[in-house]
Amino acid sequence: MPLLELREETVGYNGITVLRELELNIEQGERIALVGESGAGKSTLLNLIHTRLGKTAALVPQELGLVQALSVFHNVYMGRLHQRSVWRNLRNLLKPAKADVDLVMPVLERLRLEDKIFTSVGELSGGQQQRTAVGRALFHPGYILIADEPVSAVDEHQAREILDAITAEKPTVILAMHDRELAIKFADRLIGIRDGKIALDEAALGMTPNDLDDLYRNSDR
Amino acid sequence: MTVRPEPSPLARTTTTFVGIAILCLIFADVAISTVDPWQEFNRMLLGLVTPDFYATDSVALAIAYTLAFALLGVALANVMGLFLALLFFSRIVRTGCAVVRAVHELFWALIFLQMFGLSPLTGVLAIAIPYSGIIAKVYAEILEEANPAPLKTIPAGTSRASAFIFVRMPDVWAHFRSYSMYRLECGIRSSAVLGFIGLPTLGFHLETAFKEGQYSEVSALLILFYLVIATMRIWMKRPLMPVYLIGAAAILPWGVAFSFSNIGRFLTEDIVPHPLRSGAGMEAFWDWLHMMVVDQAVPGTIATVQLTMIALVATGFLTIVFFPLISPLLLGKASRFCGHMFLVVARSTPEYILAFVLLQLWGPSMLPAIVALTLHNGAIIGHLVGRYTETVTLRQDATTGFNRYFYEVLPRVYRPMLALLFYRWEVIMRETAILGILGIATLGFYVDSAFADLRFDRAMLLIGITALLNIGVDAISRSVRTRLRLQTSLEQQ
Repeated sequence: MPLLELREETVGYNGITVLRELELNIEQGERIALVGESGAGKSTLLNLIHTRLGKTAALVPQELGLVQALSVFHNVYMGRLHQRSVWRNLRNLLKPAKADVDLVMPVLERLRLEDKIFTSVGELSGGQQQRTAVGRALFHPGYILIADEPVSAVDEHQAREILDAITAEKPTVILAMHDRELAIKFADRLIGIRDGKIALDEAALGMTPNDLDDLYRNSDR
Repeated sequence: MTVRPEPSPLARTTTTFVGIAILCLIFADVAISTVDPWQEFNRMLLGLVTPDFYATDSVALAIAYTLAFALLGVALANVMGLFLALLFFSRIVRTGCAVVRAVHELFWALIFLQMFGLSPLTGVLAIAIPYSGIIAKVYAEILEEANPAPLKTIPAGTSRASAFIFVRMPDVWAHFRSYSMYRLECGIRSSAVLGFIGLPTLGFHLETAFKEGQYSEVSALLILFYLVIATMRIWMKRPLMPVYLIGAAAILPWGVAFSFSNIGRFLTEDIVPHPLRSGAGMEAFWDWLHMMVVDQAVPGTIATVQLTMIALVATGFLTIVFFPLISPLLLGKASRFCGHMFLVVARSTPEYILAFVLLQLWGPSMLPAIVALTLHNGAIIGHLVGRYTETVTLRQDATTGFNRYFYEVLPRVYRPMLALLFYRWEVIMRETAILGILGIATLGFYVDSAFADLRFDRAMLLIGITALLNIGVDAISRSVRTRLRLQTSLEQQ
């Protein structure tokens, strides 16, 4: 029994069709990387998957969705807002409780953000903000993580660290990535999208970045 | 490793202001002194649901006068304001505008009443003069914020006037237009309130009906007032502007005569401090000044500042409650519609009228003023913040309910909300002073008493102090906003 079965004639938003003839099964425990040109439909597919999975999945959207005025602690803590009482959340908003700081701290240590825990997100660099958004998803109790370009703003070394942290914490991961080499290293299944269709769906083992060239060749559009 | 959360400057400022407000509240008189406020309240409610549109003679004329004063005043202010905005690089113009707008239109009306009597000039100038100062400042800011790039592309040697008309105006015109519409709405409110000091606008009939307990008549007048404001954007069409202006000028009773010797005497004699006028010498003048400061200016200033601080912080709290009523992030369409209705009524009712009503209910204390200022200003800022949330998009998996309000929405709107609140501080203070006319012991109370006793020298001194106080608050507010990096673009509506 797959985790998710997608059978769609067309997928789109605002009346524009982005994906066509979509047929996709996702199994528990898979590490999937979506690759393809920008505008090919990766984000649309991720959004569809997230909508279908509902609250069980943690999400890192491309625009991160951080609250700039709040601290790193608060933004990461938001991954579990729905599990706590409103009073506890309110209390943490005014003054972080030690118990919850102790829960958030290990996540931040993995992402090397521990010294920024009480800094406002608005004061962080782009890479630090991206790590904060990943932190929120890691703190989310779901077993599935969906992320849209989660390592686009950090250097390669940090990207590996973040991907390691993600795979260590979440059994099922679905990422959109533009770095082909990193995608092949990280994923065990690659899904390539071209012109709104799934053009490639293979095991990542043994693949080289050149094998993905077809996805990026000038399309006939 | 221990990392402790440090209170942010924003949180520190909030705490300081809340602390000051609580301190002010402890020393404030907020008692309800009427014997049975609820009985009167019930009568008011009954009147409110049984409006009587035929009770007031010449309602139509009162509405026409209200609109006429507003239209002529705001039109004049637009012309003068635009002219002054172009001269805003000059320090003298800037200072002049600051002084002129630091004096509330009701105070201007009281002054002009002594000079021109009940001539329409009193009403038109009372609106036009302070509004010119406000409009000049806002237009100057709009011009300053306009994109400077096109100016560089025009050929060298283009005259300044041509450059202005072709490059500057098209860019800022839309801003000017929408701001002058907002000002016209303010002008209609001001014009209605001018009736409370004797001009023949809606406020005059409102006050009479209230004092006589004719609440059905009050209800009808208020409904008409809301209708005029709510439909403004429908009837206020640009091509009709000349028709409205000529019509406004035509219906006002310009025949009311005023004597130039009266004006001359007021300006050269009446407002000169009494000891100087009678030649009693400098020592007598210092005694007079000492008496004025100790007996009137100081207690009046203390009460004004006290009331302002309470109202400012209370407005902040109410804004936090009000803005979700119209925020698409938090409420559905039907609830938002009701929220809009409520906020429109609350912000269209001038605080002066609200305070007047509550004063009838609860008797003289600071309470009616606090509630009136808070409701009105909370509705205005709540509306602006609610509209601001329409531009905020949350991530797909953001939580719902109270968690969403506290974690996702409030932190995002807090900074713009504080900016608007501090921006409004000066307005609240100006209003606070004015509410003294109703009998609350702020500076306006002493001003009004001085006018009633025909001691114009005292009145002018006190109005001058009020203006200084407003300019001071404006300066403090600006420095707080700069320190906290709070920016308001001209989101006045």
